[in-house]
Amino acid sequence: MGKQFYGTELKNPLMLGTAQYPSPSILADAFKMSGAGVATVSLRRESGSDRAGQEFWQLIKELNVPVLPNTAGCYTVKEAVTTAHMAREVFDTPWIKLEIIGHTDTLQPDVYGLVEGARILSEEGFQVFPYTTEDMVVAERLLEVGCEVLMPWGAPIGSGLGLNNEHGLRMLRAHFPDVPLVVDAGIGLPSQAAHAMELGYDAILLNTAVAKAGDPALMAKAFSDAICAGKAAFDADPMEPRDMAEPSTPVIGKAFL
Amino acid sequence: MTIVLNGEKVEINATSLNEVLSELGYSEAKVATAVNEEFVPETMRGGVILSDGDRLEILAPMQGG
Repeated sequence: MGKQFYGTELKNPLMLGTAQYPSPSILADAFKMSGAGVATVSLRRESGSDRAGQEFWQLIKELNVPVLPNTAGCYTVKEAVTTAHMAREVFDTPWIKLEIIGHTDTLQPDVYGLVEGARILSEEGFQVFPYTTEDMVVAERLLEVGCEVLMPWGAPIGSGLGLNNEHGLRMLRAHFPDVPLVVDAGIGLPSQAAHAMELGYDAILLNTAVAKAGDPALMAKAFSDAICAGKAAFDADPMEPRDMAEPSTPVIGKAFL
Repeated sequence: MTIVLNGEKVEINATSLNEVLSELGYSEAKVATAVNEEFVPETMRGGVILSDGDRLEILAPMQGG
């Protein structure tokens, strides 16, 4: 049994973004083929008379998975907290992926603002999923202010670079064995997602790697398979690597020829 | 009066936020509102009276990662 996210057990540890797909039907296919356990969504200005947001919301409801709204694009605590309030009303969930950006090129989280925003929102009853770095001290602070889930980045958002600091991610896992940990952002290939799960991570949040694939639905399925395989591998308690060879075929009984 | 709706100037006749949303065609829509950068919950919209130059944000569900 996997760890619970604020009391909710995910049916699949793939948290899949809903942006950048070639079409709404391909987005829906990606969710159906992968069985993704969470859909991340956002709030934006409703433009003109086309009411695109209303159609999108109908599509998301039909996916029948828990929705995780984000505060993407927010650079200040105030912006993020106000966006969280608006998201809670529209999506009718206390879940919020708290994203407070500190740098425009790397989209690196502003961890100082993040801790403050997480404190405010946790006190207001939100269940905060903080998009953070792999910094252990920041992680401690986030837990202290009420977060029960941590979402360190693998690499910058949309970069597809994978796990830039495996050592840091290992440290985080070892230091917080009971906290649900999600690698959020930077994953480009299913093998990278499987690797994170083999480290003992509890879920993977990604978007671009699926949405920008030539066949997003097939790639979503590939990610789901890899993530489930990585989780099974961790649960199965892998062998320790060693530097020298060790014969797997018994030596005793070998013929003298 | 003129307000700034989602960054663009628009002329409206209604004054309460509820009526403004209705005038703009959002009465049935799943949206969240903020006036002058402050969130206005749905239940409070009837009591918020807009003034000339106010900034109204109407946000809707959108794709996100």
